[in-house]
Amino acid sequence: MKKTESKITPEQVDYVAHLGRLHLAPEEKRKYQAQLDDILKYMDMLAEAPTDDVLPMAGPVELYTPFREDEVKPSLPLEEALANAPARVGTSFLVPKVIE
Amino acid sequence: MHTNLYEKPATELCKLLANKEASSVEITRSFLERIQAVEERVRAFVTVTPDLAIEMAQEADRRIAAGNNGPLTGLPIAVKDNMCVKGRRVTCGSRILANFAPPYDATVVRLMREAGMVILGMANMDEFAMGSSTETSYWGPTRNPWNPEMTPGGSSGGPAAAVAAMEAPVALGSDTGGSIRLPAGFCGVTGIKPTYGAVSRYGLVAYASSLDQIGPIGRDARDMALILNLICSHDPMDSTSAPMEHPDFISVLDKPVKGMTIGLPSEFFSKLEDPDVDKVMSETRVVFKSMGISFIELSLPHLDYGIAAYYIIAPSEASSNLARFDGVKYGHRSAQFESMIDMYCRTRAEGFGPEVKRRIMLGTYALSSGYYDAYYLKAAKIRTLITNDFKNAFRTCDAILCPIAPTPPFKIGEKIDDPIQMYLTDVFTIPVNMAGLPGMAIPGGFSRNGLPVGIQLIAPHFQEARLVQLASAFQRETDHHLKSPVL
Amino acid sequence: MEYEPIIGLEVHAQLLTDSKAFCSCTTRFGAEPNMNTCPICQGMPGTLPVLNRKALEFTVKMALACHCRISEFSRFARKNYYYPDLPKNYQISQYELPVAEGGYVEIETEQGNRRIPLTRIHMEEDAGKLIHDENKPLSYVDLNRTGVPLIEIVSEPEIHSPQEAAEYLRALRSILVYLDICDGNMQEGSFRCDANVSVRPKGEQALGVKTEVKNMNSFRNVQRALEYEIDRQIEAVKAGERIVQETRLFDPSTGATAAMRSKEWAHDYRYFPDPDLLPLRVEPSLVERLRNELPELPFQKKARFVEQFGIPPYDAGVLTASRDLAAYFEQTVALFPQPKTVSNWIMTELMRMLKGEEEGIGSCLVSAEQLAGLLKSVDDGTISGKIAKTVFEEMYATGKDPAAIIKEKGLVQISDSGELAGLVKQVLDDNPQELKKLLAGKTGLKKFFVGQVMKTTKGKANPQLVNDILNDELKKRGFSE
Repeated sequence: MKKTESKITPEQVDYVAHLGRLHLAPEEKRKYQAQLDDILKYMDMLAEAPTDDVLPMAGPVELYTPFREDEVKPSLPLEEALANAPARVGTSFLVPKVIE
Repeated sequence: MHTNLYEKPATELCKLLANKEASSVEITRSFLERIQAVEERVRAFVTVTPDLAIEMAQEADRRIAAGNNGPLTGLPIAVKDNMCVKGRRVTCGSRILANFAPPYDATVVRLMREAGMVILGMANMDEFAMGSSTETSYWGPTRNPWNPEMTPGGSSGGPAAAVAAMEAPVALGSDTGGSIRLPAGFCGVTGIKPTYGAVSRYGLVAYASSLDQIGPIGRDARDMALILNLICSHDPMDSTSAPMEHPDFISVLDKPVKGMTIGLPSEFFSKLEDPDVDKVMSETRVVFKSMGISFIELSLPHLDYGIAAYYIIAPSEASSNLARFDGVKYGHRSAQFESMIDMYCRTRAEGFGPEVKRRIMLGTYALSSGYYDAYYLKAAKIRTLITNDFKNAFRTCDAILCPIAPTPPFKIGEKIDDPIQMYLTDVFTIPVNMAGLPGMAIPGGFSRNGLPVGIQLIAPHFQEARLVQLASAFQRETDHHLKSPVL
Repeated sequence: MEYEPIIGLEVHAQLLTDSKAFCSCTTRFGAEPNMNTCPICQGMPGTLPVLNRKALEFTVKMALACHCRISEFSRFARKNYYYPDLPKNYQISQYELPVAEGGYVEIETEQGNRRIPLTRIHMEEDAGKLIHDENKPLSYVDLNRTGVPLIEIVSEPEIHSPQEAAEYLRALRSILVYLDICDGNMQEGSFRCDANVSVRPKGEQALGVKTEVKNMNSFRNVQRALEYEIDRQIEAVKAGERIVQETRLFDPSTGATAAMRSKEWAHDYRYFPDPDLLPLRVEPSLVERLRNELPELPFQKKARFVEQFGIPPYDAGVLTASRDLAAYFEQTVALFPQPKTVSNWIMTELMRMLKGEEEGIGSCLVSAEQLAGLLKSVDDGTISGKIAKTVFEEMYATGKDPAAIIKEKGLVQISDSGELAGLVKQVLDDNPQELKKLLAGKTGLKKFFVGQVMKTTKGKANPQLVNDILNDELKKRGFSE
């Protein structure tokens, strides 16, 4: 019975798409819901893994993060810093007004 | 019979350059002409950069003339379209970066410039390296040079196909879950994913930061040694770069391998259903055995969780890494929007293709409130289990042998609408990234349909020299790597 | 029913490193937007962070000053949220494993000293700045501040009043400034504060639903915002309403807090370990070195001043508000060991002159040696206290030695009895009418004659001596009291 239950609801698809800032058309939502559902069902096997007392691993390097000395180096020339800007005014990036 | 310069292996080209028997400009022109001749059928490149290539070749020739050259000066190379080349378009196979020109070089690109290498162009890839077939590129799929109906594998399908089609003597790819080894295997060329931390990731557009690694693709072990000598080095710009000296990889090429032990993980071999792959694996064992290598069966008990754990970790990291593509500072911006948030959502909806969106959603979900423990944290623990499996295995063997993929190259379009089937392609390669180990793809033979089938060797951390040594010995006994497709 | 507020504060302090937390751009404010940016702090694809050693050292110093437990192993995490001033759309911060946990900050309250317990101190990077167009629906993004190192200091929800909150913030700021790791400027945003506020019936243990109050850019505004928010919550609870967990922005012009308008910006931060940075190790030897380098902190210094110099706690509080001012006081006292006199001079004359000087004592041209010299001159009678004030003004303006000014302007007090006796006789003779009245019993006129002598000497006559000589001379002329 559980197998037929969906692992992800349309509301969750909306929520995740919003968190990831992706605009989805209705048919895309349906498609992703079905695909994510399949994938998450495959992921069910994760629960079976014997991970009691196992430490998580964030990456393969078993060292500690190195340091940089506190020395200033030149920043990018302004024109290079802004060369890829999709929209700018003066030397600022331009965006639609942010209303919280 | 006259041999074109582009047909010659990299080591021979280097010799011609050093002896001033051929100039870098001549060699570069030969490859640019080859690209022009076959590119329509292969589509290995997103951007060919003849102007940059000739400019770099001229500079290389000046250095050679002045005696100010190194072992790679003047040698052309193709670069996967996810490594930053200052002032050049780097798209990562995506519309969202279609017009992005970074104001900086990736560390590997800086190393290539300093060595006097010649960049021929940016090679095609799955969008943001997410894929196993190079079909998800915004610029369209790359074809397998052995059969244009087949995929070259992915995500470094462009670099692998370029080498197989002799559009470049060597190439740089990147490998997050098999993205160098799978296309190398599918295209019948040699490729290596070095140990995580061996090659700087600075300037490599990130897919999954804890898994990504740059590595070379070439025709044989000798090419691997040449390029590894250049790119394996500590980089203070990358906090995960290993602070160590790397060996001279050329010096191991002719070292004997007799007496080594190769491990055969039962979990991998029990999965083998494809008769072509099975046959190649059997023949490979015979060759290694004839060289005085012994085999030991071993177990990597947590391997079965590899794909599931990988497809949590990689998308989780990707969902964060790709958040920066928002239309504010660089890249695509939607032309129409109603608000700041709408601009983000439309920009990203237009800029990313379906596979990238799928992985962003999956990763966002896995990290979101209430799901982190069940998905990301669980997967991170499984990663520890897989890593420990390998550590245990390497107590009894020098290297591990297994296939690269469960099948020979598959057709373009065959798996593109079935994400799980596509993901399962990487079952043999993913665990290597999870543990951060070096893994190598070596041409192992051909299927009944005449398509390349590769084999994979895996070594302990920072033992890529051992892989080069084993591959070099294997290639002395076999000729699969000498075959090339008719184009 | 009586209600009590429960307040927890999250303070962000910008660290005074030269370069940013994870790249080598300068932390100085740029004249032009985006002038101090590079591929790393712009979040360009493929770029990677490398931690500034100084940023860690500053964090550990603050943690030690607040008596925190330093974690030998901690971790950077990504805090994921979209905002145009955050180029990567995630902030490198710390989550599960911060650099420091526990600890406290000591404050003074009307009920005596209190220790405000801390939850944690962690490192993170600052965001850039958004400037909103007043007329058009546009915002401008400046990433100069992006990547400047910050520490976040999180208190336990154990602050019981807006006054206590302000006291706590003052104490925190003065520690940061003492350590020379933050300039503590609230207006410019190098010292910022968000508050978590809830109310509950007095005596109850469980916490009420909290709101997060933001946008308070001065100590006064923190107090105003908290007062407003506490009243609002109490009124709401009394009216039977439920408090909604939300973020509220303080509006300094109205003194009110209001819920953020859009729910679209609601966050689910999706923290996870940053794979671009390895675990952070703070070596015990580093902690020891920094512990030894720790200066005397304001709270300790104040107590010592009261004890050692016998000055009132109020004076000690004023003098220890800045490390430089305290040092100035101590240097002066070392040369002129009358602490209360020195304290009075600094708190009145010096601080009056310093008012409005951004740099405080740092910009003062008068050295401790010079101030001590001036006070000595008063003490040994070379000049009068009144003249001293004039001399000090000259010293403050020019940086000249007091002796030089006294000499140059001929301000040395006349204490020569012979000379003064002559002057006294002179003024008595010159003013027969007044002398007559005085001798007739109008004793108040003594002041007139003293004044006349002072006038002739331009204030330089030793007033005590003039008084004595005048009395003698009057006696000679038959005056008796």
